[in-house]
Amino acid sequence: MTCSRLLALTDDLTIYHALELKPFLLAALAEADELELDLSGVAAMDTAGLQLLILLKAEAQAAGKALRISRHSPAVSEVIDFCNLGAKFGDPLIIPAHAAP
Amino acid sequence: MDEITSVFIQEAQEQLAELEAGLLQLEQEPDNPDLLNAIFRAAHTIKGGSGVIECHFIEAFTHGVENLLDAVRNGEMAVTPALASLLLACRDHMGLLLETLAAEQAEPDAAILAAGRQLSEQLLDFLTDKPADPGPVHAVTLRKATGDVKTSGGGIVSTDCWYISVRFGPNVLRGGMDPLSFIRFLASLGEILGIETITDALPAAAEMDPESCYLGFEIRLQTRASKADIEHVFDFVRDECELRILPPNSKLSEYIRHIQELPEDTMRLGEILVRCGALTQAELDQGLQEQQRPEAPRPELGNFPPHIGEILVDQKVVHQEVVEAAVIRQAQVRDKKAKEARLVRVQADKLDQLIDLVGELVIAGASANLLARRSKQADLIETTSTLSRLVEDIRDSALQLRMVQIGDTFNRFNRVVRDVAKELGKEIELVISGAETELDKTVVEKIGDPLMHLVRNSLDHGIEAAALRLERGKPALGRVSLNAFHDSGCIVIEVSDDGGGLPREKILAKAQERGIVPPGQGLSDSEIVNLIFEPGFSTADQVSNLSGRGVGMDVVRRNIQALRGSVDVVSVEGQGTTFSIRLPLTLAIIDGFLVGVGKSAYVIPLDMVIECIELRDRNAQRDFLNLRGEVLPFVRLREMFEIGGKRPARENVVVVQYAGQKAGIVVDQLMGEFQTVIKPLSSIFRHLRGIGGSTILGSGEVALILDVQALIQRNEKQEDQQLASRNPGQRPISQS
Repeated sequence: MTCSRLLALTDDLTIYHALELKPFLLAALAEADELELDLSGVAAMDTAGLQLLILLKAEAQAAGKALRISRHSPAVSEVIDFCNLGAKFGDPLIIPAHAAP
Repeated sequence: MDEITSVFIQEAQEQLAELEAGLLQLEQEPDNPDLLNAIFRAAHTIKGGSGVIECHFIEAFTHGVENLLDAVRNGEMAVTPALASLLLACRDHMGLLLETLAAEQAEPDAAILAAGRQLSEQLLDFLTDKPADPGPVHAVTLRKATGDVKTSGGGIVSTDCWYISVRFGPNVLRGGMDPLSFIRFLASLGEILGIETITDALPAAAEMDPESCYLGFEIRLQTRASKADIEHVFDFVRDECELRILPPNSKLSEYIRHIQELPEDTMRLGEILVRCGALTQAELDQGLQEQQRPEAPRPELGNFPPHIGEILVDQKVVHQEVVEAAVIRQAQVRDKKAKEARLVRVQADKLDQLIDLVGELVIAGASANLLARRSKQADLIETTSTLSRLVEDIRDSALQLRMVQIGDTFNRFNRVVRDVAKELGKEIELVISGAETELDKTVVEKIGDPLMHLVRNSLDHGIEAAALRLERGKPALGRVSLNAFHDSGCIVIEVSDDGGGLPREKILAKAQERGIVPPGQGLSDSEIVNLIFEPGFSTADQVSNLSGRGVGMDVVRRNIQALRGSVDVVSVEGQGTTFSIRLPLTLAIIDGFLVGVGKSAYVIPLDMVIECIELRDRNAQRDFLNLRGEVLPFVRLREMFEIGGKRPARENVVVVQYAGQKAGIVVDQLMGEFQTVIKPLSSIFRHLRGIGGSTILGSGEVALILDVQALIQRNEKQEDQQLASRNPGQRPISQS
């Protein structure tokens, strides 16, 4: 039986919280087979935050688990889009208007 | 002035020298891309440095120069003589601005500012005149990314974008900087067409430090900005990141090299490049396959895998010469780096202090030696003699530290010859040899002016006009050569030309007219040509603004004599003239002649000593003697320095010569030749006349070095006074 879990983050995914977020996120992933991150409450994300998400994705893949990111806040989707990492995360992204061709 | 500014000034001066050398060479080889790059780099370094120290007047002016150079480098305009002249003028102006900075003025003088504006306008004229760029004036700071870049015959990757690869160091985040913000700023320069985030460096969860940065980016950027502008984006993290930038239309080989240099897996990177759109799959396959192709049997290459260059040559993608040029260029860069790593900048006064200390060491060593010998303990004597040998070695090495090559001084004349030749409308080449000859730094600094005078003289008066040269059966291209070599403890610097030579008759006539030589006196050829060093002598029929202003050769000779050197001229009429300057290797050591008066020892510079004779007729109360029919005035050191004690049975006269005058110095004993380290006298004694310095004898005693020039002059003055007072018996003691 798969254990799915939804985790809503409200802290900013930035260098200031990176240190506490890393064990928190890894623990959440360890407890679940499927982890869904609700990032709608994340107001800002920087490189450190992006790294954490990439790490989490890689860990999930290595453990054969699923990591989904949902309800990207504008800040998050902008960074993922800017870094061209949408495909890597594989989550449906709302294409922001300004990026539309 | 703070340290960073003085370092900048020093480095900028070096860059200016490189810039000048590059520009001069560029006139000969206008199509040499390496030269253009070197020139551009020099200008760019100066601009960057001036920005760092916030010297905006240099930064602003250099920026204009850099723009023009960038346009030239991109093949948007050709190197014309007018362009080269303008750039040289700009170089000079940058030198002036640097001097302003060195003088700690906030702003350059109005005249300099005006000149700068004029030059900037000329720079802009050049830029806007070029047909290739119809853009508005402000666009001159940008380069055309799609510009027609000259390539090396194939192998071009069909993309018109910059390719930027950056790997951020782990400490970037901790330093409070967000790599993403740099990339965002990069996007403001143009349009990011493709970006790939490289996460390969990210370790497993356990090792990952959330505050370290592990990311890298491969970016394809379409922009009109220059490479410098792109690099500028990463200035704050320059030390913390690995940045690679490939310009538009780079060669395939550069991409391949780029792939190989990156830490990530080659194939994966290749894919990234393709995904980013920097390379097409076909291009990548071609490059990588060639590289991985098993070595065809080529015994002469041994087992080395083929270099990318060879592959491309084999594929007829790049010409062999291009690769060779690139290889040489790489070697040069390596050599230069190695050379820089071997050099340590030391302030001159620190060196002087060291030499001073070594002098003290010599004294202390000598007295230790003496005490040891007195104690008659064999062990102690042996130890101290080892010590004094080491001390001597240290002294020699310390003096060696001050030695510099004369090459840099010589190279400055390239510019002089070019400018003067242009001004005079002559074609003249400068040939430099012996540039690696070493001599003391102080001598090098002081020899510049006399050399400049001699070179200008050769250019102006020596080399004939082209028509006359052809008529005389010489090549139209005149030649001035600078040569330096070591010769028995001296350095000889020669300035020669293959011009008309010195007109002996004219010189003699002029000398007689000026009363330098009495009419009817027989002179040898060499004596005649050396008359040009006499005060107030100029042979030019026409006074030009270069030389021949009457402040000529006598000043040169005086300056060289002040360095304890001599200058000589050899000339063959119609074939050329050679000036030889002979200088001591260092000002800190002289060959001395040791003499004694009473218990004191004195040193007379050996090169001034002509001969030694016994003083006969010693009781005569007069100050001259008959030297083979010549009147030789002399001074008695014993009386002059008021040394007590009895005069010995035999007194000696040392005959010295200075500036053509002879005089005698009466001493008690002659103690022989002695190589001396000159120690300057303390400033308390700076008004003391007749003493040039002091030195330490092997015994640890101090010996004073006589200033022969001052002695002779003092003697002359006394004679004049005596004649004036008509009281020959009185001998006033100098109060000075």
